[in-house]
Amino acid sequence: MYYRVKKIITLIILHTFLLSIALSCIFPLLWMVNASFKHETEFRSDYGLKLAQNPTIENYKSAIIEGKLGFYFLNSVWYTFITVLLIVVISSLAAYGFSRLEFPGKNIIFFMFLAAMMIPLPAGFVPVYILLNKLHLVNRIGYVFAMTNMGLSLSIYLLKTFFDQLPRDMEDAARIDGCNRLQIWWNVALPLIAPALAVVIIFNALTVWNEFVLASLMFTEDKLMPLQVGLMEVYNRNIIAHTRIMASLTIAALPIILLYLKMQKQFIKGLTAGAVVG
Amino acid sequence: MDKAKNFGFILPALLIFSIFYIYPFIYTFVLSFQRGDGIYTSEWVGLANFKEVLYYDKNWGRALYNGAFITFWALTFQNLLAFALALGVDKATRTGKIYRVVFFILPVLSEIIIGLLIREIIISDPGILNQWLSRIGLGFAARDWLGSGLVLLTTSLVHCWKGFGWAFVIILAGLQTIPEQLYEAARIDGANAWQQFCRITIPLLMPVIAMVLVLTILGTMQAFAMILALTRGAGGLTEVPVMKIYNHLRGNQVGLACAEGVILGIILIAVSFTMLHISKQVRKRWGVVSN
Repeated sequence: MYYRVKKIITLIILHTFLLSIALSCIFPLLWMVNASFKHETEFRSDYGLKLAQNPTIENYKSAIIEGKLGFYFLNSVWYTFITVLLIVVISSLAAYGFSRLEFPGKNIIFFMFLAAMMIPLPAGFVPVYILLNKLHLVNRIGYVFAMTNMGLSLSIYLLKTFFDQLPRDMEDAARIDGCNRLQIWWNVALPLIAPALAVVIIFNALTVWNEFVLASLMFTEDKLMPLQVGLMEVYNRNIIAHTRIMASLTIAALPIILLYLKMQKQFIKGLTAGAVVG
Repeated sequence: MDKAKNFGFILPALLIFSIFYIYPFIYTFVLSFQRGDGIYTSEWVGLANFKEVLYYDKNWGRALYNGAFITFWALTFQNLLAFALALGVDKATRTGKIYRVVFFILPVLSEIIIGLLIREIIISDPGILNQWLSRIGLGFAARDWLGSGLVLLTTSLVHCWKGFGWAFVIILAGLQTIPEQLYEAARIDGANAWQQFCRITIPLLMPVIAMVLVLTILGTMQAFAMILALTRGAGGLTEVPVMKIYNHLRGNQVGLACAEGVILGIILIAVSFTMLHISKQVRKRWGVVSN
């Protein structure tokens, strides 16, 4: 009896601790969404603590149209989509090559990709920005290529280790049936590594979607800015309408949160993948 | 011929990697010996940039100090919190799935979103956090969170708040790899909970802890966007190394930016190697080296 009571009390204390920290994570986000549906005057009277009395979507309208958030959002979608597509194709080709094929310099080149993941380059964006300027690539294309490089090493590493664990029987069968290397890669290898590809896609999509430094250096025009740079613009232009800023932040955060809730496993694997390498 | 075709599989990756990683990597060193905007004008100045950064620029030391200050809190507060939460979740629930989902939301969101959201909440006008505090009877705790006295500490805590979920997930995964039989055997031998913790959990988790510590240092010393969104640098009070590099680049002082990047890079590599070495020595002493 004594033992059981002690155990229950421990559990209660534990869950109180865990729940209070969990609340500190969720509350600001819920508050943000709630405030985004309020009128500014209502917000000023209760600081967003009460549920919105008569919810309005005015904040969203003005954020998307006047705040140009619609633009920024579409730009981010574009950058993310193209970059991830490039990374998936390029890294899965390379990973297949490193895992299955023989060519000169294979180990040295793979080691270079590995080393690139380990060496910290705090000023890495400086020479990339200068290079893009010299190549006249301070535009969408240049940004997408630079971002493609950012995710490449880790993606190749993840996919290569996944390939290494797969048996080669299916590929051998396809070869006997007359497939060439490229056909094997497309028809056999890619479907087999689908689970690893999902992680690569999520990880890279998140990197591009959340990238700020290079984008803020490259894009000074509204029509090219992605969401993160646009949010800073919106904030710098307008510091009075809190509810509108909350609507802008919600627009930027909600798609990611929803996607995350749907694919937690891939998100967690993707964001902790860097740790596994070390 | 066959091998040339095989090489084609890695060629696209190698091309992009050479242009956007290897070339910039070497170019950083070249630029750090030059002065100018790097694009149209550049002249060789030898070691002048390094001299300037290391001897004359007081702000660089200040930026390193700020970065180290935030890193200190991330290493201690953030990681201890993550460790405590991981232990708690490991004990309280079988899988800890719900907690894991909740704690990991913040690492998923962008630094700009977190920075701006918290800025909105804590900035003195209208002082939303202070209003909340006074409503729940904690009015005495109200502060000017972004004022000169507190801003660096506030920044550190927000950084910890955003990052603990990441450390939590890694440590929890590490905890769950420790076989339950070890604890059973220890209990049969009469070990109490504290002894089990010190003799089983900590030693077996050592590699994971070392990795989390190194990655925390690397990540925090290079943190930038969240701090920019949260404080704008607060007039130098929260200026961190990468913010300094960023501002030098914007001010067309590319040489200084690259020299600072090289110096910070060397510091980070040295620190992480030292950390890994120490953790190996510790594990050796405890006799739990696996590799």
